[in-house]
Amino acid sequence: MSLKQNLHNLKEKYKGTKMAPAFNAIHTFLYLPNEVTHAGGTHIKAADDLKRTMNIVIMALIPCLLFGMFNAGYQHYAAIDNSLRADVLANFFTFDNLWIGIVKVLPLVIVSYGVGLLVEFIFAVIKGHEVEEGYLVTGMLVPLIVPVDTPLWMLSVAVVFGVVIGKEVFGGTGMNILNPALTIRAFLFFAYPTWMSGDKVWVYDAVNMNEADAISGETMLGYYAKSGQELTVKGANGAADIVTTYGDRANELYSTFDKFMGFIPGSVGETSTFLILIGAAILIFTKIGSWRIILSAFLGAAVMGLIFNQVVAADIITESSKFYGLMNTVWWEHLTIGGLAFGAVFMATDPVTGSQTNKGKWIYGFLIGFISIMIRVFNPAYPEGVFLAILLMNVFAPTIDHYVVQGNVKKRLNRTKVKTA
Amino acid sequence: MSKDIRIKKGLDIKLVGVAEKKTTNSSQSSVYAVKPEDFHGITPKLVAKEGAEVKAGDTLFYSKSDERILFPSPVSGKVTEVIRGARRKVLAVKIAADATQVYKDFGAKDADAMSAEEVKNHLFASGCWPFVKQRPYDVVANPNQAPKAIFISAYASAPLAADLEYTLAGKEAELQAAITAVSKLTEGLVHVSVGANTTSPSANLKGIELHKVSGPHPSGNVGTQIAKLDPINKGEVVWVITPQDLVVIGELLLTGKLNVSRTIALTGSQFSKPAYVTAISGAAIADVTANNLSDNNTRIISGNVLSGKEVKADEFLGYYDNQITAIPEGDDYEFFGWNKPIFNKISTSRALTFSWLTPKKKYDLNTNTNGEHRAFVVTGSYEEVFPLDIYPMQLLKAFMYKDLDEMEALGGYEVAPEDFALTEFVCVSKQPHQKIIREGLDLMREELG
Repeated sequence: MSLKQNLHNLKEKYKGTKMAPAFNAIHTFLYLPNEVTHAGGTHIKAADDLKRTMNIVIMALIPCLLFGMFNAGYQHYAAIDNSLRADVLANFFTFDNLWIGIVKVLPLVIVSYGVGLLVEFIFAVIKGHEVEEGYLVTGMLVPLIVPVDTPLWMLSVAVVFGVVIGKEVFGGTGMNILNPALTIRAFLFFAYPTWMSGDKVWVYDAVNMNEADAISGETMLGYYAKSGQELTVKGANGAADIVTTYGDRANELYSTFDKFMGFIPGSVGETSTFLILIGAAILIFTKIGSWRIILSAFLGAAVMGLIFNQVVAADIITESSKFYGLMNTVWWEHLTIGGLAFGAVFMATDPVTGSQTNKGKWIYGFLIGFISIMIRVFNPAYPEGVFLAILLMNVFAPTIDHYVVQGNVKKRLNRTKVKTA
Repeated sequence: MSKDIRIKKGLDIKLVGVAEKKTTNSSQSSVYAVKPEDFHGITPKLVAKEGAEVKAGDTLFYSKSDERILFPSPVSGKVTEVIRGARRKVLAVKIAADATQVYKDFGAKDADAMSAEEVKNHLFASGCWPFVKQRPYDVVANPNQAPKAIFISAYASAPLAADLEYTLAGKEAELQAAITAVSKLTEGLVHVSVGANTTSPSANLKGIELHKVSGPHPSGNVGTQIAKLDPINKGEVVWVITPQDLVVIGELLLTGKLNVSRTIALTGSQFSKPAYVTAISGAAIADVTANNLSDNNTRIISGNVLSGKEVKADEFLGYYDNQITAIPEGDDYEFFGWNKPIFNKISTSRALTFSWLTPKKKYDLNTNTNGEHRAFVVTGSYEEVFPLDIYPMQLLKAFMYKDLDEMEALGGYEVAPEDFALTEFVCVSKQPHQKIIREGLDLMREELG
């Protein structure tokens, strides 16, 4: 008997039992089910299902993951020996770098999927519904938005929290209010803040490096937030210490090209704006991601950045202000640093937690970009705001949709009024 | 001035098995059946008992809610069996047909000279009233409520639909007589829609408002045309009649005979020779499709692939249908079917599906659902194939949680199940849209009237 027939017999055997959802999840992974259309509906169906949809998002994320694995190693070695940064392209795609990625990043992926899917299976079996595909994407997003040194136990706890509280309590994929991946990220941030911010967590093993090296573990946003402050860089090999500022040091270490291509410290998969844009192109071309949300999020961020630039240009905020550094960052640079691009492309476009109407998507995306930059500039403790902005807008998305839909309702009411008048 | 209808949102589903323009007469069936469930929302009261002799046009049953609405026998013969289901619900009335058909004589009429009341009574008496359907709710029209307009779509855009230009050819006199008669039933206009570049017999009728329709399916759906021309507001009613039913009404007026015969398109890949046949409504599927149908794991559908009803070979043609579609069943597994590139199925996305590369290709789709039922997840895909000024997902959700205020406010009066056929086809979560809409409309009808 063939595998197909064997699995079919097993499916029939498990039908109606507690374990059926768990078996079906594995079975439908191997085989598109033999289900046919029911009475009272269309007799044919289009080719797409949720698995295919989610699969496209994962494929769009793969370049970011691979890049993140190399970058984990590159940032580690570059922190030890800054001279590596002189020729990025020659020193980036090396096996040594990839090895750090395999040792540090791959376990994050495995733990994220393992723990998350386990929770999904348990809930499916208890509640007797099929295992839903939402976690396939969440499980890939999570390792990409955490610092590389995140301990695995911490990630497990966060994943359990995120999947249970963020999703399952609402009824599973399609019913949740908050993006589960961002719920996990928020949980990590608020429960273990020392592991999620500062200048030691973004580079593998930075905590154990000596002071001189470890300083380059700061993210771009970290540098810019303190751009005016004085910074003493210890001279290598006994050379004299160099006194500079955070802003100058950042520009010395990273070119615009580095920032756009992603050769900078940061969460695992969010640094490369270039690859994120390729992911965006995949999502938009396949019609899986909403181009309206992606475009309007970048627009919103650019507008907020421009406003801040004008505020600085008008001398309303001076160099003495603690907001000066990030406010003075050129608006387009805001788009290439931090998690903005990653959030706009892969998180804001989650159809379940985002706005569901086309008009609503414009407003929703715009506000995400706008608020992201605002939080980024005004948050003294942690200069990043994308995940908070998206979570905030997740909560407001139904309200936006409500008003958009009310517009349609009003139009209908007016039609009646014109008639009767 | 007549207004043309042009829509952009929609999807033409091109399938293998277009009917060749060649009509044969199907042999007369020995048994015919009239199924009350073809008339949605009607509770039948039986008149014809088992063993009774009937002529074509004699009443089999009437509507419990309005005794004037009669349902006639399409053929003359003997009522052999009344099939009942749970709680003695009448499922079908079977009639063994006479070898030579005898028609009840309703008398030829001059439509021009008839008053509105006379037309109505004539339609009641002859059993032609069920041909008049109404929106909202998509049910047999309530004769007590005056319609603001009557809509007739003489343009079929559904997959493999019968070409009305072809099937109505030569029926101009019948169509005109029927139009003249039914136009007296409304104070408003009688809208007739035809394809853009057409020589349709419906295009030269008098006393109508002619509209030329272009764009992908559902441009031919009467619901789309109503929405574009004169959308239904709360408290308003429009009536809808199909052109093939107008022909029956016309023939009744001209000859006095009720002859519910139609030109039926046999379509789909499971027909060896897809073509047209003439058959009487309620005919046995086996007789209509004789020597033409592959019986190898076939789904037979009375109607089109989007909104038709599944029938078995030993069952009967639906009362309103002018098409039988036969496609392969898809009850097989497909290895890694959810992630491998797909070339032989239709999709509106480009998620490793490649139907966007070959917009002219004809597909041989089967009945597989291509995935499992899920909660609503993806947004924005319905809007691409849904031309009405309604938020489809929001309306579906309102229909699911049965909030009558929202169902009304979001456009529940304007929709029929068939308007949600395309959104159901493209639905990634495989939700049963048409069923949701049907059940919701029934609830609205019950609660709001």
